[in-house]
Amino acid sequence: MSDYKHIGKDFVPPDIMGKVTGKAKYAEDFRVDGMVYARMYTSPMAHGRVTNIDTSAAEAMEGVVGILTAEDVPATDAPSAAILTNTPAYIGDPILAVAAEDEKTAENALASIRIDIEPLPFVTDPLDSLVAGGPDAREEGNVYVRSQEGSGFRTVKWTKEQVDEFRAGREPGGEYANEWSYGDLEKGFADARVIIEEPFVTIGYAHMSMEPRTAMAYWQNGTCYMHASCQSQSFFMPGLAAMLGVETKDVVLISENTGGGFGSKIGAYPIVGLAGYFSKKIGRPVQLRVTREQEYYMGSARVGFQGWIKIGFAADGRATAADVFIVEDIGPNATGGDASSAGGAISLVYDPEAMRFRGLPILTNTTPRGAQRGPGQNQIAAVMAPLMDKAAKQLGIDRLQIRRVNAVQNDTTVYAGQEPVTSAYMDEALQQGAEMFDWETRKNQAKRNGSKVRGLGIGQGYHSAGTNGFDGLVRITPDGKIHLHSGIGNLGTYSFASTSRVAAEVLKCEWDDCVIHHGSTEANLPWNSYQAGSVSTFTQTRTNYVAAMDAVDKMKRIAAETLGGTPDDYDIDGQRVFRIGTPAQGMSYGAVAARAIQLGGAYSGQTYPEDIHEITQRSVQNLAGSGLIGVAKDKLERNGVIPGLACAFVEIELDLETGKYDILDYVGIADCGTVLHPQGLAQQMKGGAVWGMGMAGLERHVYDPQNGLPANVGFHECRIPTYMDVPSVIQVGAVDLPDPQNPVGARGIGEPAMGCSVAALTSAISDALDGHIFGRTPISADMIVNHVAGLDQSFKPLQTNNS
Amino acid sequence: MASFDVMPDMQLYQPVELDDALNLADRYAADGWILGGGQDTYGWLKDRAKHPQAMIDLNGIEALRGIRDSADGIEIGAATTLREIIRDKRINRDYRLLSDAAATVASPQIRNVGTLGGNLVQDARCWYYRRGLSCYRAGGNTCYADTPDGINREHCIFGASRCVAVTPSDTATAMVALEATMVVQSVAGERTVSAEDFFVGPDTHITQMTSLEPGEILTAVRIPAKWAGKKFYFEKIADRNVWDFALVSIAVAMSMDGDTIGDSRFVCGGVACTPHRLRHVENAARGKSLSDESADAVASIAADGARPLNANQYKLPMMENLVRRAMRA
Repeated sequence: MSDYKHIGKDFVPPDIMGKVTGKAKYAEDFRVDGMVYARMYTSPMAHGRVTNIDTSAAEAMEGVVGILTAEDVPATDAPSAAILTNTPAYIGDPILAVAAEDEKTAENALASIRIDIEPLPFVTDPLDSLVAGGPDAREEGNVYVRSQEGSGFRTVKWTKEQVDEFRAGREPGGEYANEWSYGDLEKGFADARVIIEEPFVTIGYAHMSMEPRTAMAYWQNGTCYMHASCQSQSFFMPGLAAMLGVETKDVVLISENTGGGFGSKIGAYPIVGLAGYFSKKIGRPVQLRVTREQEYYMGSARVGFQGWIKIGFAADGRATAADVFIVEDIGPNATGGDASSAGGAISLVYDPEAMRFRGLPILTNTTPRGAQRGPGQNQIAAVMAPLMDKAAKQLGIDRLQIRRVNAVQNDTTVYAGQEPVTSAYMDEALQQGAEMFDWETRKNQAKRNGSKVRGLGIGQGYHSAGTNGFDGLVRITPDGKIHLHSGIGNLGTYSFASTSRVAAEVLKCEWDDCVIHHGSTEANLPWNSYQAGSVSTFTQTRTNYVAAMDAVDKMKRIAAETLGGTPDDYDIDGQRVFRIGTPAQGMSYGAVAARAIQLGGAYSGQTYPEDIHEITQRSVQNLAGSGLIGVAKDKLERNGVIPGLACAFVEIELDLETGKYDILDYVGIADCGTVLHPQGLAQQMKGGAVWGMGMAGLERHVYDPQNGLPANVGFHECRIPTYMDVPSVIQVGAVDLPDPQNPVGARGIGEPAMGCSVAALTSAISDALDGHIFGRTPISADMIVNHVAGLDQSFKPLQTNNS
Repeated sequence: MASFDVMPDMQLYQPVELDDALNLADRYAADGWILGGGQDTYGWLKDRAKHPQAMIDLNGIEALRGIRDSADGIEIGAATTLREIIRDKRINRDYRLLSDAAATVASPQIRNVGTLGGNLVQDARCWYYRRGLSCYRAGGNTCYADTPDGINREHCIFGASRCVAVTPSDTATAMVALEATMVVQSVAGERTVSAEDFFVGPDTHITQMTSLEPGEILTAVRIPAKWAGKKFYFEKIADRNVWDFALVSIAVAMSMDGDTIGDSRFVCGGVACTPHRLRHVENAARGKSLSDESADAVASIAADGARPLNANQYKLPMMENLVRRAMRA
């Protein structure tokens, strides 16, 4: 491993300078000739039907250029998000947009618009909709089930007694919508020495990406140019084209820098469609700027859970059975799917011998939900950690030991289908973390000091961390430069650059001679994965590997054709291809590239493999003749679940009188295969840790259930942790053992980096409070003070979104 | 509903003489907006939740800045930044309670520009009110927070009177504890008012947090020498350690005779619309020493008379605990 030239080494990603100097341009920073400014009018009601729109005063204003309403854009069927709607299903649902020569005029126009809306029933807490007689978030029903057998609305109601039983922490007896299981659950519980049974709530919360999803669009000769804030680059395009009603070839997407997405900007979202249609309608470039408040409304939010879990353990701590039931808050657009993923995470992280998952996705008139860093896995990580502690305590075994005995390993099978994993080293991660944290010493130290109590926590995080089947594209030009084309996107993690280094590794070239092309369709990018789900590292290292291998193969063939012999007689190094045994006989990369242009054909991209995606094909066509082209689809072996894993150890000091706690120490260990980019990994582990700290103690949706109003639409009210809420030093490490199904051994880590953090904190808080389990995130100061004072909490059991 | 965030048109005045500012304040009265550090200004205006015709920017008026000696203690210009107060040697030596309180305001960035005057006169942070709803405080005829399902975790447990908002100011509690005097000027001249009377509850004036009337400007704060160098205690509990408002805070000044407490001022923030003085605690503390025993005894009565709403009963034990902590040795 140590003979790698680039893998495992730090480097300066090309987008760093722009970010630290402020010169990096985001979607909102672009201006083109004739551009107008659009702003949205969004629903003031949680659910309603627009009966009249009066824009006459706005249209009469000087400087107002146009109005776009739901009639101007394609209709969508509920519950899918519409670009504009006349039946808004949450406060903030876009109803119309107005464009003007400047933003102030656009706002003045908005202020003059009168819209009549007939109110419809609404609900902000799923259980309020589930109970018989409760309101439904949509006229079509209160439940939306997505399944391969067919998706659709349902109306599911439980009796008040059934809901009360659920609230009381007993096994839910009402109807559910989806289920999977493996093993003999009954036997598993019969074999258990200890059975833990608990209700839980994890409140959803806004993504609050630093960059709101502003979009700017214009059309030229039938092509739509779109400046947008995207996590993914190439993967974003087919959805964007479909939304605009054009072919993928007719879209140019520019998204060089993105100020965070966290799952909310993976694929095309309605705002880009709005900008595109508005520009088309008025024949002018349109910048649709999204305000911070609007980013709260339509910037996506984590799915909330209300659940019940029962889990059995044998005397040695081994999990024998797990039974979990989750009501998930899927917002108004039936987005999420977190609950089943949470079940999957239980099966992988704790490996119960038998397991059953049951889920019920319920619609609410709160902000639309979507994937947020560890969707499902991280909610359940927060729930599970204190339960593992409780089980360990009842069994009389060490809290580290109960995690080790259940740790996922190379031969563990997971999920409903009991699939294999590509590799897994959770036990090694736990051991490494315990050593760095000095678990053995700390667990025996004194806990109480005046009103302050120390608590120790251990958390584990997981997310599947890879996919396959995408394309790679590299190019060597006669000047000797190596061009690495990356279509993965740049959401701010530097992985577009670190994964490109695999091509440099294969090509044995100097990093200074490499040029990364990314951020625009016009940069001729390959078809690459979505940049989400912790997949970039595993997936994009493979595409870069196969493209670079194709380039090496072509260089050897060109050398053989030019200098004699067969391709096998040649090797590469020092940016030369040379004859093995007589290294003086060879060609520089620049010379090979020039020769590739002369020879044409596949060497310089005149022809290309048939199995590459149309987006890659177009890029190769544009690049043909400019150098030696390495292009290939990733058809490397991939069998089983690719786990990204992490664990964290944390020590807190909780003040029983204030309900506040300080995080004294944090150690996070990644199991992400071979470490690709140490600084990038450290950043992921630290950023994930901070995010987990926010989920554990601060961030949550708050809705007034009487009128559906959101209480926290801004940065301040969303209580994202600041640098003063987190420890100044966050220690990180990595197992650094290679995954056999990746050519450089790498797997992803982004999401587990957060899951282990929130779990370690719920574990530590429980530890500080003598094992008390709140069964809820976030755990705020008022809850702790109420608990210590022996007072009831101010919310009903399982109540959500309103505390 | 439109979401606004662009500054609307209005007149901007940037006087450099106080008299000019007072004349402008008089001319525009309720339609004028007094600008200090701007930290409780641009949100209101850009959201179009308030619609003044003119902004009167005080930042160019040198007389409103600075910390100086007064006949009895010190006088702090209203446009003095919180950062200047936190770093002032004399305040740190003699009136540490104020610098401790100022140091917990918002965030370092906000304290760099936020002024003492602005911190004292900032408006209620009730989210319903800030959202622009027509509640009592906004001149309407309902309260959204004081209902069985209202989101009122951060609202008051004392002094509810139609409105249940709390004082958001961290320095206001310190001012009441230090028996500060507010210097208020208008074209009619200067009037002074004690800090305790400066902050008004909804029973006095439901749409104002202070006794400032249209046309008046808070120009300075005078802190008497009475409490200089006495024993102080300040603590603020908020969800976040920075950029957050107090769930409950306490500012205490105690005159010690050896180990024994004499006169004292106990003032809580975050529990009522005004800084909430705990007179019964002050009486109970008199003659006691700082100890765990007396702390427990006094703390047990700290929240007497509180009437929690559906989601803020935690404020009672939190308040008791803060009194307890102030009374410990």
